Amino acid sequence: MASHPRHLRKQLVVVGHGMVGHRFVESAISRGLTETYDITVIGEEPRPAYDRVALTSFFEVGAQALSFLPSGRYDDPRVTLRVNTEVVAVSPRQRIVTLASGEDLHYDELVLATGAAPFVPPVPGHDLENCFVYRTIEDLEAIRDAAKKAGKSGVGAVIGGGLLGLEAANALHQLGLETHVVELAPRLMAVQVDDIGGKTLSRHIDSLGLTVHTGAMTEAVLGDKKGRVDRLALKDRNPLDVDIVVFSAGIRPRDALARAAGLDVAERGGVLVDESLRSSDEHIWAIGECAAVGGMMYGLVAPGYDMAEIVVDRLLGGEGSFTGADMSTKLKLLGVDVASFGDAHGQTEGALELTYQDAVSGVYKKLVISEDGKRLLGGVLVGDAAAYGILRPMVASGMELPANPEELILPTSRGGLEMDLPDDMQVCSCNDVTKGEIKEAVSDEATLNDGGPCVDAACVTAHTRAGATCGSCKVVVKKIVEDHFAATGKEVDRSLCQHFRMTRQELFDVVAVHGYTRFDDIIEGHGTGRGCDICKPAVASILASLLNHHVLEPGNRQLQDTNDAYLANIQRNGTYSVVPRIPGGEITPDKLIAIGEVARDFGLYTKITGGQRIDLFGARMEDLPAIWKRLVDAGMESGHAYGKSLRTVKSCVGSTWCRYGVQDSVGLAIELELRYRGLRSPHKLKGGVSGCARECAEARSKDFGIIATEKGWNLYVCGNGGAIPAHAQLLAGDLDKDTLIQYLDRFLMYYIRTADRLQRTSYWMDSIDGGLDRIREIVVDDALGLGAELEAAMDKHVESYFDEWKATIEDPEKMARFVSFVNAPGVPDPNISFRDERGQIAPADNEGPVALGPTIPVGAPR
Amino acid sequence: MTVNTETTYEVVCRLDQIEREGGVTALVGGEAVAVIRTFDDQVHALSNYDPYSRASVLARGIVGTRTVDGEDVPFVASPMHKQAFDLRTGQCLDDPTVTVATYDVRVVDGVVEVGPRRA
Ligand SMILES: Cc1cc2nc3c(=O)[nH]c(=O)nc-3n(C[C@H](O)[C@H](O)[C@H](O)COP(=O)(O)OP(=O)(O)OC[C@H]3O[C@@H](n4cnc5c(N)ncnc54)[C@H](O)[C@@H]3O)c2cc1C
Repeated sequence: MASHPRHLRKQLVVVGHGMVGHRFVESAISRGLTETYDITVIGEEPRPAYDRVALTSFFEVGAQALSFLPSGRYDDPRVTLRVNTEVVAVSPRQRIVTLASGEDLHYDELVLATGAAPFVPPVPGHDLENCFVYRTIEDLEAIRDAAKKAGKSGVGAVIGGGLLGLEAANALHQLGLETHVVELAPRLMAVQVDDIGGKTLSRHIDSLGLTVHTGAMTEAVLGDKKGRVDRLALKDRNPLDVDIVVFSAGIRPRDALARAAGLDVAERGGVLVDESLRSSDEHIWAIGECAAVGGMMYGLVAPGYDMAEIVVDRLLGGEGSFTGADMSTKLKLLGVDVASFGDAHGQTEGALELTYQDAVSGVYKKLVISEDGKRLLGGVLVGDAAAYGILRPMVASGMELPANPEELILPTSRGGLEMDLPDDMQVCSCNDVTKGEIKEAVSDEATLNDGGPCVDAACVTAHTRAGATCGSCKVVVKKIVEDHFAATGKEVDRSLCQHFRMTRQELFDVVAVHGYTRFDDIIEGHGTGRGCDICKPAVASILASLLNHHVLEPGNRQLQDTNDAYLANIQRNGTYSVVPRIPGGEITPDKLIAIGEVARDFGLYTKITGGQRIDLFGARMEDLPAIWKRLVDAGMESGHAYGKSLRTVKSCVGSTWCRYGVQDSVGLAIELELRYRGLRSPHKLKGGVSGCARECAEARSKDFGIIATEKGWNLYVCGNGGAIPAHAQLLAGDLDKDTLIQYLDRFLMYYIRTADRLQRTSYWMDSIDGGLDRIREIVVDDALGLGAELEAAMDKHVESYFDEWKATIEDPEKMARFVSFVNAPGVPDPNISFRDERGQIAPADNEGPVALGPTIPVGAPR
Repeated sequence: MTVNTETTYEVVCRLDQIEREGGVTALVGGEAVAVIRTFDDQVHALSNYDPYSRASVLARGIVGTRTVDGEDVPFVASPMHKQAFDLRTGQCLDDPTVTVATYDVRVVDGVVEVGPRRA
């Protein structure tokens, strides 16, 4: 045995860097376990952990987008990740794991997270060329290559018609193969659904052009002369000519290391652990699919995540324990909604069943109800799983059923869900939010939404997280919110303000259709009164988006918020800050010097912003034009830091200089910032471009974020930082630059046209029925046929762009407003004064208005 | 500038120097005064000092109307935190306990003159 180094700090080794192993490490870092342990994670796959649940989307989005750790390392130096490395033995007595290379690692605590492996039935020929399983990215790459070789007339068969088999069949179908599903059991998805549910599903799948063979037993895979798959021999049936076979006949926990080490394993496989996830050796733990808690293994990711949290808790001295998991599932298989929850098979003593079936539209729903008819125990939904959001929590909470439980599964047009759920019922299981908490968020006493209650379901989701993860409870959240407003007699008022009884989107359409250019015409035609500080800036923004006129045109400027009205950001003492545009954060030394000189000469406080530019504070309103002139003369322009408009497109250093960069992120960021500069929108817009997966530009915290891949660019949308941060979501992957810009043009214009006033992109996405998928349909698939129109609108914006600062200093009429006092233009406002802080100015507070005193130095020219 | 000693009205500017639903800041008796013109060409003068933000900014606010008890009240909203002030009385429409000072004001031959601060 090799001697192992003695460490001062305790050593924790994790075997397996899959979904659960990764979750364990993340939680260990965030909960402080790395304060006492060094962690080494050993993963056998060639890449860090990725989203296996979304494996099938690999064909669409590529490996990068699935990765949980694109940079390949954790942000905590006490964690070491070694991929492409297999653990071949564990010696509990010496507390050593041995790697395939022969290297030994000492551990104080060992966590096994080795997952499960697909079960391949031992039929003859199961190891021929073109026989595959469906578990890793490498598996999918191999299947894709084989499908390509098989060509247009290629045929594929999936052995196994369970959840994963149907996913695999979907993939073969998408790869253009004629696809067969061969299932031994008499129905599909035998674990989750019942007989009729399985048949309903089969009919759906048949209609998509796949062939389902149930009750069919595979006897052998037959090869051709080259040892490649050729035919599938089925018992008592005609053989199938096939080119590719994918085995998906269940999974088996990967417990070989534990077996060889002499640990207890469960009868049906899996490292046997107790409720604390500890194995028969006190220093070895098992989590995820390799673990059998009290003999039971769980083939879903959520229970694995729970296990990871519990072991972290235990290692921190806590008492967490695993007491079982909700095995409910809802998914879309080949476009068909399927859900199964609770006791789906009616195995509880005396359970009753209630079913609804509509063979024409392919809907099947079953409820399993307790003997006394009072409680819902479980159910199956095929073809229409909308009720899942309400039914699953009913099972979990054990609440009493209504007198007419059939209403729960009848189509909504025939009555549908009308029942009073108890307040303590958990509506969102992902984020543990109850109905009571949702109601609280909309009650009059609530303060979470800028000091007031939430006004709609999107706001509730943003603040409580209900519906923010898997989204299956969104309909229920919406219903609870609407019911609450209906009950309190409050009409959900979506009007902009008291002057316009319509939403911003409706107002936008009104202005566009009529071709209005003046506020006066709009309010006369469609509003009441003379407007206010809500509708005026909203109209100004709409006019700016449509016309791109100067915001300080007469008749237009009184509509602007003060920041737009003075093309600068007002600060607490009434002075302004000035931010010149620094596209992509790239700046020449000369321009940097010019900014410094301006700040020095005007006595401005200087600070670097989060958007990679420089903010100059403390400018008196009357000094703004002179400051702009100096900046414009030095080749700079407005950065629109004051506008509800594009702010910056932040970038990392990119491939030009960075040794890791794969694309020129700075070049793209500059191009995008210049393209969208000055674009007025419902709220501020921020962008970011990262030159590789390390994501140094933090692009996913932006409204649009772009991350370079080896093949092009991934486009993420609807992220933001701030009080409620949201990660941007992948809209499309591996795009070339032209397509990227095309999608961005469409995305931004669609947002500008349809969002509410001051609604940032993440809220906007939440408020759209269908969310990100709907946005993708409109932007990528052009489902509404709006693409060309949106692009043309953006082209018009780009062509008509001009610098507002320059246009202002060149126009005496616009300049006239920039005076301290209309009757004493040379006198600075005495209300503004400064003190010194760290060698720069800072605003000094006044207790009340400051007057100039009896001698009034009026009228003196400057 | 001219100071009309008999009436203590100070000439501030021409009416056409103030935009409809816009304002200017004037220096009157050493104090900063917001002079605001409404859509129907009424001119109002109030202290430029916003008591909420303690900054001299009201002339830069958005001017509009708000319906209060069935009546259209002309107001200016502070550009800082949007509190609305009745142009005629200086009364804050969002908080009955807060008022800003108002001034007498008149337009003579297209010239705006601001008078003494009202009690
Ligand atoms: C196509 C597909 C769709 C799925 N859909 C869903 C779904 O919709 N919902 C759901 O809840 N679940 C789904 N799952 C299941 C889900 O992916 C698993 O529950 C989850 O990945 C389990 O995580 P884990 O970490 O235990 O195992 P894994 O993610 O498999 O990770 C285990 C890792 O350990 C490594 N390893 C094993 N042995 C060693 C060794 N000796 N040395 C070093 N490394 C080793 C493996 O290579 C692997 O990388 C799906 C799975 C697939 C394949």
